[in-house]
Amino acid sequence: MGTRRPRFLGPMLAAVALTVSVAACGSGGTSASGPAGSGAPAEKVKLTVALFSDFHYAPLYEEFKKTHPNVEIVERRAQFNDHHTNLVTQLTTGAGAADIVAVEGGYVGAFTPSPEKFHNLKDYGLDKRQSEYLDWKWQLGVSNDGSSLMGLGTDVGGLAMCYRPDLFKKAGLPTDREEVSKLWPTWDQYVETGKKFVAAGVAGAKFTDGPGEHFRAMVEQAPVGYYDDQYNIIAGTNPEVRKAFDMGVRMIDEGLSAKLPAFTPPWNTGIAKGTFATMVCPAWKTGTIKDQNPGEGAWDIAAVPGGGGNQGGTHLMLPKQGKHPKEAAELIDLLTSKESQIKLFKEASALPSLPVLYDDPAVAEFVNPYFGNAPIGKIFTDAAKALKPQKVGPKAGDILKAFGDGLQRVEQGKQNPEEAWAQALKDVGRIK
Amino acid sequence: MATRAPDRLAAVPPGKPVRPHHRVRRHLVHQLDVKGSPYAYVAPFFLLFSAFGLFPLAYTAWVSLHEWVLLSEEQTFVGLDNFRTLLADDYFWNATFNTLSIGVLSTVPQLLLAIWLAHLLNRPLRAQTFFRVTLLLPNVTSVVAVVVIFSQLFGRDFGMINWVLSWFGVDAVPWNEGVASSHVAISIMIMWRWTGYNALIFLAAMQAVPRELYEAATIDGAGEFTQLRRITIPMIKPTIVFVVITSTIGAMQVLAEPLLFGVYTLTGGVDRQYQTLALFIYENFIKLDLGYASAISWMMFVFIVVIAGINYLITRRSRGGLL
Repeated sequence: MGTRRPRFLGPMLAAVALTVSVAACGSGGTSASGPAGSGAPAEKVKLTVALFSDFHYAPLYEEFKKTHPNVEIVERRAQFNDHHTNLVTQLTTGAGAADIVAVEGGYVGAFTPSPEKFHNLKDYGLDKRQSEYLDWKWQLGVSNDGSSLMGLGTDVGGLAMCYRPDLFKKAGLPTDREEVSKLWPTWDQYVETGKKFVAAGVAGAKFTDGPGEHFRAMVEQAPVGYYDDQYNIIAGTNPEVRKAFDMGVRMIDEGLSAKLPAFTPPWNTGIAKGTFATMVCPAWKTGTIKDQNPGEGAWDIAAVPGGGGNQGGTHLMLPKQGKHPKEAAELIDLLTSKESQIKLFKEASALPSLPVLYDDPAVAEFVNPYFGNAPIGKIFTDAAKALKPQKVGPKAGDILKAFGDGLQRVEQGKQNPEEAWAQALKDVGRIK
Repeated sequence: MATRAPDRLAAVPPGKPVRPHHRVRRHLVHQLDVKGSPYAYVAPFFLLFSAFGLFPLAYTAWVSLHEWVLLSEEQTFVGLDNFRTLLADDYFWNATFNTLSIGVLSTVPQLLLAIWLAHLLNRPLRAQTFFRVTLLLPNVTSVVAVVVIFSQLFGRDFGMINWVLSWFGVDAVPWNEGVASSHVAISIMIMWRWTGYNALIFLAAMQAVPRELYEAATIDGAGEFTQLRRITIPMIKPTIVFVVITSTIGAMQVLAEPLLFGVYTLTGGVDRQYQTLALFIYENFIKLDLGYASAISWMMFVFIVVIAGINYLITRRSRGGLL
C-alpha cells in the first residue's frame, strides 16, 4: 500500500497544473469576448448545451450554424437525476454550468425562485414568443417573482390513460378507446370501472399498476397543488391533496392495485406480461411501453379521468455563468420554434408546447400503429390544452414522493391510511 | 533516490584533498539524509492523507456545527443544534438499527463461511489457482451489477428465489417490503461480494501455519474439524482480528446495496425499512442539507470507532499462537 501512494503524486501535480492553465485560458477567453458585433467577421463562440437524453437536436444545430457560422455547439448529456443535481451544484458553486441547460418540468420549480442565477430571456426579446405558447407551459418558465423569463418550453407530456384491450375484453368491459374514455370522465368513475374489473375476476391481472401516478395526476389537475400563490407549502391543508390521497387509498382497498411502483424493473415486466390493465400515461410513456415489447396492439390509449393533464416536458434555460447569452438565446429561440417543434414531433415524438401546431395535420392526424392506430397526436394535445396552470413550488418532487411513499405503506399493509397520511405530512414538514 | 548517487560522486573528486569545511558539510548532508529522508519518503502518504482524510474530517466537523444548506448564501453557526436534532430523530435511530442489523446478518455468517472456504482450499487441490481466482471474482464485479441482478432474483412477482420457494408451497415473499426480509436480502448481496475476498486473506494466513502441526495432530488422531478448531483458528487469530475489524467498518458504511435494491431509493424503501446510516447521510446530502449530513457523518464515525474498539477488546483476549 505504502509504496503505491507516491505514484499518485505525479498525476496529481499534473492535474493541478492543468487546472491552473485551463483556468488561465478560461479567464483569458472571457476578457477577449464581448458582444458579437453584427456584420464584421464575428469571433468564434462556443456554446455548450447540457441535456439529460437525446433530444434529437443535431440537425437543428446544423441549421443554426448556417446563420451563425462563427458558433460552435457542443452537446453534453448526463443521466436524468445527475443532470439536475449537477446543475444545482454548478449554480451554487458558480462554475461549470453549460450555456444552455435543459430543465425538466419536475425540476423547473426548484430554479424559478432564483432568477439571479439565470439570464433574463426578456433581455433578448424572447418574451415575444408568449402568444404562441400554452399558457401553463409559459408560466412554468417565469420566475416566482414574475420579474424574469427564465426558460422557454420545448415539449409537453400530455396525459392519457393507457389500457389493455385484451384484459378489458376478458372483464366484459368495452375495448374501443372512445367507449373506454366514456367509462371514466371522473376519477370516481375510474374506480367504479375498476371494481367491475375486479368483480369479473380476470386471472393474473389487476386493474392498475399502483396509485402513485394517479395521485400525482389528480393533484396536478387541481387549480392549487402543494403550494399556494406565495409558494408556501399547503399540502397538509389543501383538501385537493387529501382527496387525491383518499382516492389512492380507495384504489388499494378495492383491490385495484398490482402494487407495482412505476419505473421499477417488475413494473416493466408487468407492462410486457399484462399483469395490470390500466396506467396513467403521459405522451412519452408510449416509448416506455414500446421498449418493453408487449406486442403491437397490446396497449391502447384513452382519455385520462378528471380532464386533461401533463407530466414532464422540458424548459431550456441560460445560466448566468454563460458568456454568450445573445447567441444562446438565439439558439433556444430556434430550438423551440414552430418549425423545430414539428420536426421534433415527427422524429422524436416530442409533443409540441405550441397549441397552434395542434391543428397541423402532422400532429392532429398522427396515429400510432403500435397502439391500435390510436390518434395519439389528438389525445395528448387535448389533454395538454385542458390543463390549467398551477403554481409549482421548489420541492414539489420531494412532496410528491412523501405522499407516494405513504400510499405504498398503506398498500404494503404497514400502516393504516391515517398513519400513512400523518407520516407523509411529517416528511413534508422536514423538507427545507 | 536518484539525486543521491551523483551527489556522492561529485563530492569526492579523486586526487583532490578534501578540505575540512567540505567534510563538515558532507557530514551534515549525510546526517540530514539519514535522519530526514525517511520522513520525506513517508511524506507523500501523509500529505495525501491530510488533504483527503484529515482535512475532510475536520471540515465536516466544522460544517456539522452550522445550518449549512448549499443553496442559501450564508451559513449560520448553530453549535450542537444539528446533533441535538439528530439524537431526537427517529429516522436516525432507525438507520442505526438497520445498519447494525444488516451488519450482524452479513458479517457473522460471512466470516464463518470464509474460514470454512479457506480451510477447504488450504490443501493440495487440482486447479488450485482456478478456485482461488474464482473466489475473488464476485469482489471484482461492479457492485451496481451485483445489486441489480440480486434485486431481480429477489423480485416479488417474477423473481427466481420466489419461484423456487413456490415449489415448496411458499407464497411470494415481497423481499424489499419487510424489515427482516430486506435485511436478509441485502446481507446476502454483501456476503456474495466479500466472502471470497476474506477467504483469500484467511487462506494466506493459513498457509503460514507450519505443516508439522497438522501432521502431528493427524498422528495423534485429531480429525479435520478438531484440526481446524484447535490449530488453524488459534494460529490465524491476528488475521481474524484484522478481518473482523475491516468487515465491521465496511458493514457500517453499506450504501450501494440499499440505494439500488429494487429501485433507486434514497429512503431505503417507503418505510425506511432498509435505510442504512450511509444512505441517510446521502439522502440529506442530496437535499443539500450539508450541516445535518455532516452531523450524521460524525455520529457514524463515532459509532465505527466504538464498535471497532469493542471488536478489538473481544478478539484481543487471546493472542495468536497455540495455547
